[in-house]
Amino acid sequence: MKGGIHLKPVLLMVGLYIFLKFGMPLFTAPLPASLIMLYLMLMFSGIMIFMTLSGTSMESFLGPIFRFISGDGQDGTMKMARMAVLALFPLLVGWQTYTSTATSTVPPAENRTVHPAPPGEFAAMSNPVPNTPENVMQGKGLYAAYCSPCHGLFDGKGPASRGFTPPPANFKDPTTIAMLQESYLFWRIKKGGVGLSVEGMPWKSAMPRWEFELKDEQIWKIIMGEYDGAGQKPRTWE
Amino acid sequence: MRNHEVSRGRVRGWLDAWGLSVVGLALLTGFLAFPGAGWAEDAASASAAVSYRDIPQLGGSRNIIWVVAQLHLLLAGFVLGVPIFAWLCEIVGWKTGEKRYDKLAKEFTKLLTSSYATTALFGGILLFLLISFYPKLMTYLTDIFFPSFIAYCGLFLLETATLYLYWYGWDTMQEGRAKVFHLFLGFLLNFFAFFIMVIPNSWATFQASPVVIAEGSSVARAWAATWNPTWWPVNIHRLIANVVLGGYICGAYAGVRYLSAKSAEEREHYDWMGYVGNFIGVFGLLPLPFAGYWLMREIYQYNQQMGITLMGGFLSWLFILQAMLIGVLFLGSNYYFWLGITHRIPGAEAKYKKPIMAMLIILLLCLGVWMTPHSLVASLEEARKLGGTHHPLLGVFGVMSAKMTVANLMILVTFMSFIMYWRAGKEETAAWAKLARAVMSGVLGVAAIVVIVLGVWGYFVPAIVRINYFSVAQVLIVIFVMLTITPLTALLLRSARTTTEMVWGRMPPRAGYALVLNAVMVILLMTLMGYARSSSRVHWHIYGVMRDSSEYAYSPALGYAAAFMSLNTFLFCMLVAFIFWVATMGDKAKAGSGAMPAMAGGSPELDRSKAH
Repeated sequence: MKGGIHLKPVLLMVGLYIFLKFGMPLFTAPLPASLIMLYLMLMFSGIMIFMTLSGTSMESFLGPIFRFISGDGQDGTMKMARMAVLALFPLLVGWQTYTSTATSTVPPAENRTVHPAPPGEFAAMSNPVPNTPENVMQGKGLYAAYCSPCHGLFDGKGPASRGFTPPPANFKDPTTIAMLQESYLFWRIKKGGVGLSVEGMPWKSAMPRWEFELKDEQIWKIIMGEYDGAGQKPRTWE
Repeated sequence: MRNHEVSRGRVRGWLDAWGLSVVGLALLTGFLAFPGAGWAEDAASASAAVSYRDIPQLGGSRNIIWVVAQLHLLLAGFVLGVPIFAWLCEIVGWKTGEKRYDKLAKEFTKLLTSSYATTALFGGILLFLLISFYPKLMTYLTDIFFPSFIAYCGLFLLETATLYLYWYGWDTMQEGRAKVFHLFLGFLLNFFAFFIMVIPNSWATFQASPVVIAEGSSVARAWAATWNPTWWPVNIHRLIANVVLGGYICGAYAGVRYLSAKSAEEREHYDWMGYVGNFIGVFGLLPLPFAGYWLMREIYQYNQQMGITLMGGFLSWLFILQAMLIGVLFLGSNYYFWLGITHRIPGAEAKYKKPIMAMLIILLLCLGVWMTPHSLVASLEEARKLGGTHHPLLGVFGVMSAKMTVANLMILVTFMSFIMYWRAGKEETAAWAKLARAVMSGVLGVAAIVVIVLGVWGYFVPAIVRINYFSVAQVLIVIFVMLTITPLTALLLRSARTTTEMVWGRMPPRAGYALVLNAVMVILLMTLMGYARSSSRVHWHIYGVMRDSSEYAYSPALGYAAAFMSLNTFLFCMLVAFIFWVATMGDKAKAGSGAMPAMAGGSPELDRSKAH
């Protein structure tokens, strides 16, 4: 009962870690360590805030920890435990420092920029092709021929998609093309992965440079078919 | 009676002197501004032979400008924010008759004289450096903005004269109509300060969002350039941010003084001052995200390329850092309110523990969403398992619909923290109290639900509907909650019975540190956004008009930028500490050798105190 005040926070931290690390992959994709660390930091901050709201709660929560570290009136097992903690903690810091600075063959974690800014000449473009049912249908046909092998039925799961990292974009996801103007898609389709700007390198995109195969009018039609097929609307200002 | 007459005569003398000063300054401004229209043409013809100069030994022109410009901006924010803060406190003191507000206002106005000079000094250094390092750019800007340069000088003269009158006339203009006149001087001080802020904003925003300038007189051209798309969004955003900065710096000052206080009286005073500073900081913080949202919307609308660079491109990571800093600020401000409840109101801890826990959980959940990036930082192995850097489930938290929703919820929670603090230790006795509480709970609950529903719905409508209607509706709902619950609470408390008196001076040392932390977070945020605003122009001095062809025409990496943000924050804190130290030197001398230094460290007595 004496250690009860520490049990709940420890259980919360451990429980959250187990859920994020092992529980979430059971029903969705696993989380990277950076995100798990972020959520654990938030939980730790919350615990510290709540436990230090009053003098009483702070004393009962931090008091034993401070007394343990200072070694006041300790003997026997507690003294040994304190010595072990004081010896292990610098070793832990040293190990962490070593692993983070030692030469490694593993590439560093990337903070990839998903949506780089388009060049100026593309930023101000507007779709010159009228949005008619015929044009949308033609766009869908072109999409089926040129885009669906990778992007599938607008969900990024075409037959060739498994060969790419990162995978082809899922247009049905409301956080992809629905956030962008048509001109942005025109730039990405026309210039492809090699046409990406230097901003936020390194780029990883297997998108072909379609300007060699498709006319501008066809690209605009594909864009219309893509939005229609994915059930999304492009970003506009009107 | 005689003294009264002497005082009145002195006030009349002040008024006469003030009137003459204003007329004189107005004439001088007019005299300087009149030929401005003609001189602009001459300036345009004087082309600069040199495009750039540099001092690589001192770190390079860009880094030097970065530090000096950021310090000038932070100091400017401080000297423009503090008068708002001081004037509001003076009004409260005047209306309520509580002298401590007047004392607080005066204490902060005293800081203005020294900080005003330091700000002007950094402004002067910045100007000389800009002219020296970037002669071509400055020639171009001078050609366009020459009339507003003159207006700026005129405003500075008016502001300086008003500040002297406001500060030196404080004790003389204490009673009756003289006090009203002093309040009017405070208004004028803020009026001129506002225009001192908006004029340079036009120069900076023109660089980011230039407009086509038609032929015409130099005044017409300057006016056209001034009315660029991001001018007013930046004006409003900076005005509110200055209030936040002023409030939190006041809080930090009070926190430091509280930690070093020796007497109970000092502790009470600085505890109360810390509360006022935190309150004004939070008061400004609540509408700040709305202003920021408006600014970003205007940037997107002005130029998609710049908008994407900021929000989706390489600068988008800054907004994750921003979320972390704002998160700490929200947590710090709420923590301070909660500490106030548990320490200043005896016996309140048990009653408010559960609501505090609920609010803390909501804040942490909201922060978790706000800090989740759209594209995750993942190692190669993690990215393979994840199938890229976009998480299929948590990726939805990475876009504006989610961010706006949690920002609004955090604002609601922080507002309710304050309301809870306001009502703590009081028992409402009005016959309609029960009904009012039900209405308040209903309004809050419905508002929170509607904000969340609009946030989720935002994923299923075209972006324009979300931006123009849903996000605006969320903001209006939160404002409606504030405008409903605040007067209702005030009415309820008018007839309320105080069950537990609030005891000042009982806050633990960590409350003082929380106040300092909040101020540091605001300064870091301003340095972060300074980098974002400047970097959004990428390799342009004037976006799309004048290209940066210097050797520094690249965007510094985020880690490098973070080091400069920290350096600028540190230097600004040192400058403010120096200003406080200078301004309080006289008080220490008056108080005798026993007085504590203004910027001392912690208080061992308080640490050992059983009060916490």
